[in-house]
Amino acid sequence: MSAVELHGVRKSFGEEEVLHGIDLGVEEHQVVCLIGASGSGKSTLLRCVNLLEPIDEGRIVVGGEEVTAPGVDADRVRRGIGIVFQAYNLFPHMTVLRNVTLAPREVLGKSKAEAEADALELLVRFGLVERAGDYPDRLSGGQQQRVAIVRALAMRPQLMLLDEVTSALDPELVGEVLNVIRELAAGGMTMLIATHEMGFAREIANLVCFLDGGVILEQGPPEQIFSAPREPRTRQFLQRIVQAGRL
Amino acid sequence: MNIKIFLIAEAFILIIGLTIAILRSLPGPVFFPVRLLMIVYTDFFRGVPTILVIYLFGFGVPALAISGVPRSEFVWGIVALTLVYSAYVSEVYRAGIESVHPSQEAAARSLGLSKTKAMRFVVLPQAVRRVVPPLLNDFIGLQKDTALVALIGPVEAFRQSQIEVAANFDYTPYFATALLFVALTIPMARFTDWLVAREQRRRR
Repeated sequence: MSAVELHGVRKSFGEEEVLHGIDLGVEEHQVVCLIGASGSGKSTLLRCVNLLEPIDEGRIVVGGEEVTAPGVDADRVRRGIGIVFQAYNLFPHMTVLRNVTLAPREVLGKSKAEAEADALELLVRFGLVERAGDYPDRLSGGQQQRVAIVRALAMRPQLMLLDEVTSALDPELVGEVLNVIRELAAGGMTMLIATHEMGFAREIANLVCFLDGGVILEQGPPEQIFSAPREPRTRQFLQRIVQAGRL
Repeated sequence: MNIKIFLIAEAFILIIGLTIAILRSLPGPVFFPVRLLMIVYTDFFRGVPTILVIYLFGFGVPALAISGVPRSEFVWGIVALTLVYSAYVSEVYRAGIESVHPSQEAAARSLGLSKTKAMRFVVLPQAVRRVVPPLLNDFIGLQKDTALVALIGPVEAFRQSQIEVAANFDYTPYFATALLFVALTIPMARFTDWLVAREQRRRR
């Protein structure tokens, strides 16, 4: 069974249609990378899957349930889907530990002790435990982003959506965040990743989708997309990336 | 008397102001009447001079002689000040709520928190921290305006000084009262400065 299926998803902001009918399937334990220029609809697509943006047309099915059907409780759907944003979006008025335990306590109704034990276990696993009592502004960008990933993981999601999670980081901090994602992939986490890190996409993805102007222009295994792209637009896009020295 | 009026009114203002601000931020067409009502309320009470509201409540309501309604000018003075200042304070809160970036709410909702819980745990705590200085600024204004309650009867500091002046034809009591008000508001002003400075240090 597919973890996520999108059928003819369309989304407009005012007059401008950002997604022109997206069809996509992500199998369980698969990593799917979305590549494409800024403004091609990658982020919007992720936000739609997580129901942060209502779609105008089409259907989204997560874990066999159509989440875009009327009357579906969006809060319940979001519990099972973790999303990590480009700008981390940690809660600045809470310590790292409180950031991570807030949702398990308030949404899942876990006790303070139970939520903290879980959180500390995750923080240990990702080398962040000594920062548990710090406020986010004391952390480096890489640490903040890893905390954001841990915060999403604390809800034990079946699916993770990563929205250009390394784009706001200094180059030397990118690696530590990518390592976390590698570890998640190795653990069998189903992930849908929007990224500009082509080398990383090539290494980690089971399937790469090239988005252009709100449609998936081309999709395939990474070897094919990066070595022998069929569409001229894909070739053009990758060429520019190579020229910029990013592949 | 002034301090008592101030403290009682302040407690109500903080709660009512926040309630109005939250009601005004409710989204969707369903809540349009609620939002409209709150907008009318804030527009009205910010537009009408405080002294007029105090007269209306202080003389008007007791004059209606409705049974069960308190007749004390002290109570109605507090009601009037609360109504006026809640309108101001709700706008301060609202500015605070709107200053919290929408991505914070998105992050909270994406974790499965309901709209109410996102507001309570993520948006409001950040909003309130940011608006403490302007809130205290409004309260300095409130502290002074407690003198207006004198006009409907209760003998507070300003009224007392009027009585003294009339009796002795000596303006010193006015001066003393002025000093009294300044002495009361200065600690508040310095406290505000201190909070602002602390917030700036924290951000660095």
